[in-house]
Amino acid sequence: MHWRSRMRIELIVNGTTHALDIEPRTTLLDCLRDNLGLKGAHAGCEHGVCGACTVLLDGVPVRSCLMFAVQAEGNQITTIEGITPGQGELSPVQDAFCETHGMQCGYCTPAMILTAHALLNANPNPTREDIVEAISGNICRCTGYAQIVEAIALAAERLSGANRAKDAS
Amino acid sequence: MKAAPFEYVRPRSVDEACDILAGDENARLIAGGQTLVPMMAMRLARPTRLIDINRIAELSFIRDEGDHVAIGAMTRQRSAERDPLLAARLPLLARAIPWIGHAATRARGTIGGSIANADPAAELPLLAITLDAELSYRAGHASQTIAARDFFAGAMTTALPQDGCLTGVRFPVWRGRIGTGFAEVNARRSDFAFAAAAAQVELDPEGLCKRIAIGIGAVAEAPFRLAAAESKLVGMTLDQARVMDAVRAALADIEPMSDPHASPRYRRRVAAELAARAIAEARADALEKPHAH
Repeated sequence: MHWRSRMRIELIVNGTTHALDIEPRTTLLDCLRDNLGLKGAHAGCEHGVCGACTVLLDGVPVRSCLMFAVQAEGNQITTIEGITPGQGELSPVQDAFCETHGMQCGYCTPAMILTAHALLNANPNPTREDIVEAISGNICRCTGYAQIVEAIALAAERLSGANRAKDAS
Repeated sequence: MKAAPFEYVRPRSVDEACDILAGDENARLIAGGQTLVPMMAMRLARPTRLIDINRIAELSFIRDEGDHVAIGAMTRQRSAERDPLLAARLPLLARAIPWIGHAATRARGTIGGSIANADPAAELPLLAITLDAELSYRAGHASQTIAARDFFAGAMTTALPQDGCLTGVRFPVWRGRIGTGFAEVNARRSDFAFAAAAAQVELDPEGLCKRIAIGIGAVAEAPFRLAAAESKLVGMTLDQARVMDAVRAALADIEPMSDPHASPRYRRRVAAELAARAIAEARADALEKPHAH
């Protein structure tokens, strides 16, 4: 059998287009980590159970271990490295995670934060149930869920407060 | 946890995908990939060629066809979950789709992929059986249809030919005073079901059962209907004791699957309870609706 062992593709990650020469069997997760050095996407179970590898594909959380990089051509991919407003700054969601201590070992944290970003984009005023449902596919083995939920609720409160202030001005 | 090497192709049409499939018995179609990719990572599946049908536009749609709603095979579960037409016309699907996996797997997972994958515990095959869906597929450039009841042959086994590509599913729309119910038991919400039940009822103006469909999933190797219970319940009030007697009797001859999480006895017992809950939920749902006209 003849192998076309490698393929040339272009991936749009955090707004930048990268030309890559990769094997089709490379998952999006491995490509982000090993080819692009974006280690914030964490390799946990590598078969779709833990959610640690979650990235945003066109703004929607997906498991990056459950698709091959070649499949993501043309999609907007966002990793944890892409959500800060600027160098050395944190997003409001990241700030909230720090303040409520929404992490212990940190392994699930990038995925939790990306999932929270997607939730708050779609639903600026989530109920506790909405938050729990949104992160239900992300496992935290330190079981620090209470503070994670608290962090997302705090971020939601601040973001909607900020919007109100802007509207009022 | 790394897939074996394969060649990747991305055809533009269903016919092109089928041609490639027909010419290579080691090729596999990939839709959402939420089962196939982990199978490949664990090397339980080793296709030498992966035919990606994700970009084939003709496979993504939700269409009102009057007495049916047709859903394209590549329609994401996430899109179906949010579709207003589907919520209005196929309320049983709207109720059950949030039970499929997690939000992040529904973002990639597809309606047709789950049906073609035929996992005994999957919700979509159960819904297709419960509502008597009709499946369409393409093979050798010819379009074919098959009833869901003839499609599921066993665990992960279907009647789809080797060179066939599932293209869509048509669900019949029920008119009148209808209600829906869905119940599932698993270790954690969104994990694989140990047993699941789906029910759709139509009540007459007096509140008696005019029509009912009851489906059971994750209990046998393929989802099935409680046909004996359905015929006993038509024309009756759906009171708890009558429903329980009917579903228990209908489950008596089933040989449930066994695994370390759920014994056959447990599966039979919990299936009866879940069916009764789904029917009670469907009845309450229908009673809230105005009378048929």
